[in-house]
Amino acid sequence: MDLMNVVEKEFAVQKEFPRFRAGDTVTVHYKIKEGNKERIQQFRGVVIQRRGSKHTETFTVRKMSGNIGVERIFPVASPFIDKIDINKHGKVRRARIFYLRKLTGKKARIKERIF
Amino acid sequence: MQGLIGKKIGMTSIFDEDGKSVPVTVIEAGPCVVTQVKTEEKDGYSALQLGYDEKREKVTTRAEKGHFKKANTTPKKKLVEFTGFPTGEYNPGEVLTVELFRPDRWVDVTGWSKGRGFQGVVKRHGFAGVGDQTHGQHNRERAPGSLGASSWPSRVFKGMRMAGRMGNQQVMAISLRVMKLIPESNLMLVKGSVPGPKGGYLIITK
Repeated sequence: MDLMNVVEKEFAVQKEFPRFRAGDTVTVHYKIKEGNKERIQQFRGVVIQRRGSKHTETFTVRKMSGNIGVERIFPVASPFIDKIDINKHGKVRRARIFYLRKLTGKKARIKERIF
Repeated sequence: MQGLIGKKIGMTSIFDEDGKSVPVTVIEAGPCVVTQVKTEEKDGYSALQLGYDEKREKVTTRAEKGHFKKANTTPKKKLVEFTGFPTGEYNPGEVLTVELFRPDRWVDVTGWSKGRGFQGVVKRHGFAGVGDQTHGQHNRERAPGSLGASSWPSRVFKGMRMAGRMGNQQVMAISLRVMKLIPESNLMLVKGSVPGPKGGYLIITK
């Protein structure tokens, strides 16, 4: 496995993102290519999981668009991610909060984590 | 075909220049030592015999030791012949590295697929199975069905696809793109998957 480490080092994530985890509300600024033009779009929602490690790590962000749930999976190492803002630290008891998918309205709120 | 002997290390994914996530297989290719140069005059055909992976002295037979001594090298586990090298330009003992390959070119990778044991026709030959668990199927959801007609030919044709041993055979994955070379560690990253288990020997040709 030591040779796998060589590869991991080669492709190590260069960018520094603030620490966030499941339950946090984040805004992901990601680049979109339209023809030749590049612009930045935002996706704001609750992180429902982080999975994988090192350069293959991904995180899933869920937001309610109207009353339809939308989830996007972002690779942490993706060159399309411009920056990640943390809007709120949430207090949740598990690492993957899939139960949120079944909840709507007032039930879908997450308590804020206070340090 | 020119090529090298290598070993499958594992799989991961990287981002290419367009920012797309690409699945890649990490292969340790070489360093390979030229253990013998076969020539038209002497052997009737021309080829390079390459050796890869250190072998313990203790498990090497005397005959093998003599063979490696001729090339002035240590015993190797895997020997493979490659035609396609200009044999006149190589001498026994020379070392070929992963730099034989170029990024963004294509290679073929040959390996031995993982053994699957005795498998039925659905897994082994991609039969669709019966497709229904009810409507009188009893227990034949993955059965092959008919093997042929009855009074003519009164026999089963040769090569009829049936259940049996699957895997553990030589498989070649063709036209895999070389995504990246890491010469310091003799590594190459090719797009897609490659036959065999991690640590399995591979023959990479270009």
